[in-house]
Amino acid sequence: MSIFVNKQTKLLVQGITGREGQFHTRQCEAYGTKIVAGVTPGKSGLKMDQIPVFNTVKEAVTNTGANASMIFVPPPFAADAIMEAADAGVEVIVAITEGIPVLDMMKVKNFLRNKLSRLIGPNCPGIITPGECKIGIMPGKIHKPGGPIGVISRSGTLTYEVVHQLTLQGIGQTTCLGIGGDPVNGTNFIDCLEAFQNDPDTRGIVMVGEIGGNAEEEAAEYITTHVKKPVVGFIAGLTAPPGRRMGHAGAIISGKGGTAQGKIDTMKNCGIHVCEDLGTFGEFCARVFL
Amino acid sequence: MKIHEYQAKQLFQNFGIPTPAGEVAFSSDEAVRIAEGLGKFPVVVKAQIHAGGRGKGGGVKLAHSVDEVRTLAGEMIGMNLVTHQTGPEGREVQKLLIEQGLDIEKELYLSIIPDRATAMIVIMASEAGGMDIEQVAEDHPEKIIKVFIDPLLGIQSYHCRAVGYSLNLSPAVLKQFNKMLSSLYKLFVHYDCSLMEINPLVITREETIIALDAKVNFDDNALFRHKDIMEYRDLDEENPLEVEASKYNLNYINLDGNVGNMVNGAGLAMATMDIIKQAGAEPANFLDVGGGASAEMVENGFRIILSDKNVKGILINIFGGILRCDVLADGVVKAAKKTGIAVPVVVRMEGTNVEEGRKILTESGLNLITAVDLKDAAQKVAALVK
Repeated sequence: MSIFVNKQTKLLVQGITGREGQFHTRQCEAYGTKIVAGVTPGKSGLKMDQIPVFNTVKEAVTNTGANASMIFVPPPFAADAIMEAADAGVEVIVAITEGIPVLDMMKVKNFLRNKLSRLIGPNCPGIITPGECKIGIMPGKIHKPGGPIGVISRSGTLTYEVVHQLTLQGIGQTTCLGIGGDPVNGTNFIDCLEAFQNDPDTRGIVMVGEIGGNAEEEAAEYITTHVKKPVVGFIAGLTAPPGRRMGHAGAIISGKGGTAQGKIDTMKNCGIHVCEDLGTFGEFCARVFL
Repeated sequence: MKIHEYQAKQLFQNFGIPTPAGEVAFSSDEAVRIAEGLGKFPVVVKAQIHAGGRGKGGGVKLAHSVDEVRTLAGEMIGMNLVTHQTGPEGREVQKLLIEQGLDIEKELYLSIIPDRATAMIVIMASEAGGMDIEQVAEDHPEKIIKVFIDPLLGIQSYHCRAVGYSLNLSPAVLKQFNKMLSSLYKLFVHYDCSLMEINPLVITREETIIALDAKVNFDDNALFRHKDIMEYRDLDEENPLEVEASKYNLNYINLDGNVGNMVNGAGLAMATMDIIKQAGAEPANFLDVGGGASAEMVENGFRIILSDKNVKGILINIFGGILRCDVLADGVVKAAKKTGIAVPVVVRMEGTNVEEGRKILTESGLNLITAVDLKDAAQKVAALVK
């Protein structure tokens, strides 16, 4: 089992004809993801490799039955692309795009309140159910299919590091997803924790956070009351200076909130196994999970 | 992006938001000319730097005569202003805002920020203006009013009334306030602000409401649609190495330590800084070359790290995803050959095309130290800078 995406997922790609869109569409397809359509306004009727391209998401969905979307649209048009996908009833929308303005994302978030779609991202590596479906830009081969661990992260390459170390320890993954490094995103830690708790094949959870906001603190509170499976946590940014944006728009310590130490303390108080040394993360997980 | 108070006030004026009469001066002669033009004393001389706490640091002073303006301006221009936000090294003052003094009846606090948790725009206001608002928020959270606005709906009159009534404004002031708040909101949304703060917002004895201070920050991700705001950027207020890095789309932040580091991805870059510290050394910077870095970007990143004279060793940590290890290795080799590296470099690579990358490094003939994993890399670089 897995969460959100699996063998049955039929993917469409928004921005399929762009450089990144093409490259990653091919990577995902090579991994085994079922890609049924592409969307680029003005390019309907064309094909990217063997994949039919449509002008609108609605057209793509009607013609191919796509139920998930991967978005590679540039920042000025990305919010529009997400809303278009939601309006067309796409169930899972994965927005890879980095650099979407915050106010655009706030509008998207409020727009999505009345929709059934799940948004993952933006500014994220995507989601992968190893061996079944990869929607995103992560390197597929560092993952190990079959579970039993679910991985949730706010980061990209840091997630790869963590997954890689799990795999080296022989610990497989059910599903791994990045929820993105922006201040306003779609799916949050709690949504994923709930899904992993309900997934019978997931026996433990890895949660990777970073400085900024209080999503980790809220997730930690949720874990004490709702999550019965062991959780290993990691927080990046112990050495980050306050007031400086550390790459991700969401990674900024403001006022007294959002520090790495504060998050680590809260997580520990909530019974999460916090690993403080990334260098030995894999061994740490082996001790907790095996 | 941050701008100066005088620039924020220009934006306010463009949106019909009242501010005190005043102008920016780059010399004491100019300061005097502006003060004379204002025609009335006292005037306020305000140092313009991108940091708060200027008043406490001696960067805001009252002048009662032309002579006093000349003296104060002469003292302030070129002075090194230290506030709790500048750090101990302070910031050199290069310009002053010369403003009409006001007869103040009451000082309020007003700010607008995007609230990440609710995805709403929140207006915060308090009757306890003019002081350290973070302290007020901590000691008396009930003294801060919050009104949340759905960005799809935008500001409505009732939002303005909700804030205005809770500030206990008189009917005459309330009317001005509602108009002002609605204009501030429009400015906020129009320019994709990430923060707008007026502390204090003052009510004068004549019952007019005026933005005595103005702090406006912008969402860096939205600057592509605000070319006019880019004109306000003041490179003197930024770290020169960071300015240089931004030309190449590199996310670089200069820090105090001596271990330079280059990483792909912000989360991994922060974690790499942390592990350097855990190994007993201090990071000299944060540098995220991004997921899609080219050999050229890597080369520039390298050059920027090396131009920080505190750097005694470098750790390169790349987890190849989109950025392939062979591309990274190629950039490192080119940069090393071009700039010549006088400090030890530890390289840790993993992921896409890692074998090809390692081969390029080995065959380069350069003295690069390879690490088997992250822990090994941090320990090696820490030992080298000791």
